[in-house]
Amino acid sequence: MNFPAIRAIYKYEMARFFRTLMESLLSPVISTSLYFVVFGAAIGSRISEVEGVAYGAFIVPGLIMLSVMTQAISNASFGIYFPKFIDTIFEILSAPINFFEIVIGYVGAAATKALLIGLVILATAHFFVDIEIQHPVAMLTFLVLTCLSFSLFGFIIGIWAENFQQLQLIPLLVITPLVFLGGSFYSISMLPPVWQTISLFNPIVYLMSGFRWSFFGQADVSVGLSLLAIALFTAICLGVIWWIFKTGYRIKS
Amino acid sequence: MPPIVKVENLQKTYDGGFEALKGVSLEIEEGEIIALLGPNGAGKTTLISALCGITGPTGGRAEVGGHDIITSYRKAREMIGLVPQEVALEPFEKVINTVKFSRGLFGKQRDDALIERVLRQLSLWDKRNSRIRELSGGMKRRVLIAKALCHEPRVLFLDEPTAGVDVELRRDMWQIVDGLRREGVTIILTTHYIEEAEAIADRIAVINKGEILLVEDKAALMTRMGRKTLRIDLRDPVDKVPDALAEYDLDLSDDGHSLSYHYDTRGEGTGITRLLQALSAEGLSLRDIQTTQSSLEEIFVSMIQESAA
Ligand SMILES: Nc1ncnc2c1ncn2[C@@H]1O[C@H](COP(=O)(O)OP(=O)(O)OP(=O)(O)O)[C@@H](O)[C@H]1O
Ligand SMILES: [Mg+2]
Repeated sequence: MNFPAIRAIYKYEMARFFRTLMESLLSPVISTSLYFVVFGAAIGSRISEVEGVAYGAFIVPGLIMLSVMTQAISNASFGIYFPKFIDTIFEILSAPINFFEIVIGYVGAAATKALLIGLVILATAHFFVDIEIQHPVAMLTFLVLTCLSFSLFGFIIGIWAENFQQLQLIPLLVITPLVFLGGSFYSISMLPPVWQTISLFNPIVYLMSGFRWSFFGQADVSVGLSLLAIALFTAICLGVIWWIFKTGYRIKS
Repeated sequence: MPPIVKVENLQKTYDGGFEALKGVSLEIEEGEIIALLGPNGAGKTTLISALCGITGPTGGRAEVGGHDIITSYRKAREMIGLVPQEVALEPFEKVINTVKFSRGLFGKQRDDALIERVLRQLSLWDKRNSRIRELSGGMKRRVLIAKALCHEPRVLFLDEPTAGVDVELRRDMWQIVDGLRREGVTIILTTHYIEEAEAIADRIAVINKGEILLVEDKAALMTRMGRKTLRIDLRDPVDKVPDALAEYDLDLSDDGHSLSYHYDTRGEGTGITRLLQALSAEGLSLRDIQTTQSSLEEIFVSMIQESAA
């Protein structure tokens, strides 16, 4: 293993994050606060409770997931897209490193950023609602796994994208709808039966369910299934990345 | 000693079907400086990119330091430093950080003293905390060189390192190359400045349309191909070359004030003695004579033209 290289990439990426620390943290904090005002206060006052949990608290896991997923994807995709865009990728390609080390460096940094943002949002949520986390270790595990798997996914998007529009496309077109339809702000059991079945094809339902269970002890699907879903998603992403480096897809001419 | 870089029938066909390298073979000895000359689009950058892992060759093989560039890419690449043709740097990063990044990327432990030495050598030490975008074009090029040198390569590829830089940097470059040569670093350099190749290279390779036309010792190349010209200034001008001198194929110039005689140093005899005797037999009195040797540039241009014909 070329540890100095992993460290170099990780430090370099984190430095970019800290250079723009305010912007990096401010926008998720502000948008989360807005969600609390709209969903928690305005709508929540009419819904009051979902499955015995105050609606304001019920949406916290969903809000964290929404931010963490979008941040993980955008950080990781930008992290690898940018060197491609400004041609500094030549250095990565000519270095004595393998794909696994490159991925650990870039994805590790992107996941760290997403995790930090997730934790900041959790802290912000504390200002608005009372939340008690029933399974803190499981909560952190789900959070870390989500950060990692979505950073891997973002890495793939960054390599695939040939312009900035494409970089935005997948998060906007795929992730945001899946998150909204994935039970972030409601329980799947509140849907009509047909939609419940359809929802089971949405991978984010499994993540959301497991993550919410770690907060409130209730889940739409079993926790084991949730873990399996994340593991599967991670494995698929790793497989795709392995193929990308093997073939040089969109990174080597 | 085995060659430090060994290229065997290396081929590269780009995705569009363009054949940029048509089976290039080349051996480079440790410690030598070889200049790769060729017109735009000859395949110089493609060859370097293939050896460095930036582009995948589509045929043939290559070794660096005895390590296959594909199967033992780690060992091979650890030995290689690359200064690319195009300036590509992250604009918002600090000079020192981007240099440290390169060192780490090549698996080397942190060494602040070495980084300082490299930056000082390139007159970048005062700029170490500047962001890349605050630097001038020439300074950016220096940063690229610093990035390549900071991981102590044994084989250094310089892809047109002096294109568009001022005289001072070019001189610095040559000095650095000279220092590296003394340390035993092997250098492969591409350039369009023939005088540069003439000044610093030990060997010259000429590449055109993806094929190596020749690889030869610089001095040998110049004497082998070197045609000399003897210019004879006459005291009194002549209207035409006297018939008696026809066999020498002289050029008349300068309003009949001078005659030029082209000869080949390879030949048995140069014919100079006979020519001078013939001149005095014709009663021409000489004011001055001088010889000039054709430069690499002339050799190079005539070779490209020959291969095109
Ligand atoms: N990524 C690519 N895809 C397709 N063709 C390419 C690519 N890169 C280079 N080529 C072609 O390959 C040929 C060789 O290019 P290369 O960059 O190796 O030339 P060069 O000798 O370095 O020229 P120069 O002196 O201009 O730098 C050119 O015809 C070029 O158009
Ligand atoms: Mg080139």
